[in-house]
Amino acid sequence: MNFNAVWTIYIFEMRRFFRTITQSLISPVLSTSLYFVVFGAAIGSRIQEVEGVSYGAFIVPGLIMLSVMTQATSNASFGIYFPKFIGTIYELLSAPISFLEVVAGYVGAAATKALFIGIIILVTAFFFVDIQIKHPIMMMLFLVLTCVSFSLLGFIIGIWADNFEKLQLIPLLVITPLVFLGGSFYSITMLPPVWQTITLFNPVVYLISGFRWSFFGEADVAIGISLFAIACFTGICLAIIWWIFRTGWRIRQ
Amino acid sequence: MSAIVSVQNLRKAYAGGFEALKSVNLDIEEGEILALLGPNGAGKTTLISTICGITLPTSGKITVGGHDTQTAYRAARDLIGLVPQEINLEPFETVMNSVSFSRGIFGKPRNDAYVEDVLKQLSLHDKKDNKIMTLSGGMKRRVLIAKALSHEPRVLFLDEPTAGVDVELRKDMWDVVAGLKASGVTIILTTHYIEEAEAIADRVGVINKGEILLIQDKADLMAQMGQKQLKIELTEAVDEIPAALSAYDLERAKDGLSLTYSYDTKGERTGITTLLNDLQKAGLQMKDIQTQQSSLEDIFVGLVKETP
Repeated sequence: MNFNAVWTIYIFEMRRFFRTITQSLISPVLSTSLYFVVFGAAIGSRIQEVEGVSYGAFIVPGLIMLSVMTQATSNASFGIYFPKFIGTIYELLSAPISFLEVVAGYVGAAATKALFIGIIILVTAFFFVDIQIKHPIMMMLFLVLTCVSFSLLGFIIGIWADNFEKLQLIPLLVITPLVFLGGSFYSITMLPPVWQTITLFNPVVYLISGFRWSFFGEADVAIGISLFAIACFTGICLAIIWWIFRTGWRIRQ
Repeated sequence: MSAIVSVQNLRKAYAGGFEALKSVNLDIEEGEILALLGPNGAGKTTLISTICGITLPTSGKITVGGHDTQTAYRAARDLIGLVPQEINLEPFETVMNSVSFSRGIFGKPRNDAYVEDVLKQLSLHDKKDNKIMTLSGGMKRRVLIAKALSHEPRVLFLDEPTAGVDVELRKDMWDVVAGLKASGVTIILTTHYIEEAEAIADRVGVINKGEILLIQDKADLMAQMGQKQLKIELTEAVDEIPAALSAYDLERAKDGLSLTYSYDTKGERTGITTLLNDLQKAGLQMKDIQTQQSSLEDIFVGLVKETP
């Protein structure tokens, strides 16, 4: 294992994050604050409690997930797409490093950034609503797993994309709808039975449900199933990345 | 001397069916400077990219320092530094960070003193904290070289290092290459500037359409294939070559004021003495004579033209 290489890539990527701190941190915090104001305070005050929790508090885990998933995906996809775009990828390909090390560096950095953002949003939430975290360790576990798995997904997107449009396509057309329909703003028990079944095919449901459980002790699906689902998702992403590097798809001709 | 890079039956075909390399065999000796000459699209960059791991070979075997580039890629790539043809640099990074990054991904611990030495050697030291986007084209090319040297490679590939570089910088670059050779680094450079190969290479390879047409010691090559020309200027124009001189391979200039005689320097007899005698016998008055040696360029153009 070439730890020096992993660390080098990680630090290099983190430096970019701090260089663009306004864009990286302030914008997700601002947009989440707007959600709190609109859904939590303005509309939320007219909504009755959901699963015994005030609506403003109920949406906190979903909002954190929404930001973490989109940020992890876009950070990781941009992180590996940029060297492809400007041509510096040649260095990664000619260096004595394995795909695991490249992934560890880029995905590690993207996941760290997303985790940062998630925690900051959580802190912001304390200013708007009254929340308690019942299972803090599980909460962190879910948060970290989500950051890592969606960074892996982002990494795949970054390798697949050959223009900036494609880079935005999946986050915009797939992730955002899945997160919105995955119970960020409602409990899936509020849906008609048919839609409840359909919703169970949305992988994001398991993440949000599990994450929300760590806050309030209430979940739409069993916690074990949530953990299994996220492990499966991570496994699939890792398998795809392993295949990409083995075949050189879109990187080594 | 032993081969530090060995390429055996290397073939590279792209998905579309285009065969960029057709069974290339090449041994590069430790400590030499090898210049690979070839027109655009000849396969120079593909060959280098395949050795360095950027492109996957279709078939064949490559070893660097005895390590197979497929099965022992870490050990093989450890030894290699690559300066790509395109200026591929992260524009927002500083020179120092960019060069340290290259060192890091090759697994070497951070060593600012060494990196600064490399920058000094390339006259980049005063720019070390500048962002790359603020540098001139020539400076960026030096940054690429610094990145390639950052992990102390034993083999350095320079893919057209002086393309689009002004004359002064090109000479500087040659000095850098000479300095590296003196420190024991093996250097492979591709170029289509023939004078570059002529000036700095120990051996010259000519590649065209995915095949190595020739690989030879530069001096041998020039001696073996070099033809010399003797240009004889006359005081009075001649309308045609006199019959008495028809035995010689002579060419008459359009104005009739000079004759050019081509001869092989390697031949046992050059035929110059008899030609000069015969010229006198034919009653031609010579004003001046001069000889010219054909350059590597002539050899190169000749070889590339011959490939079907």
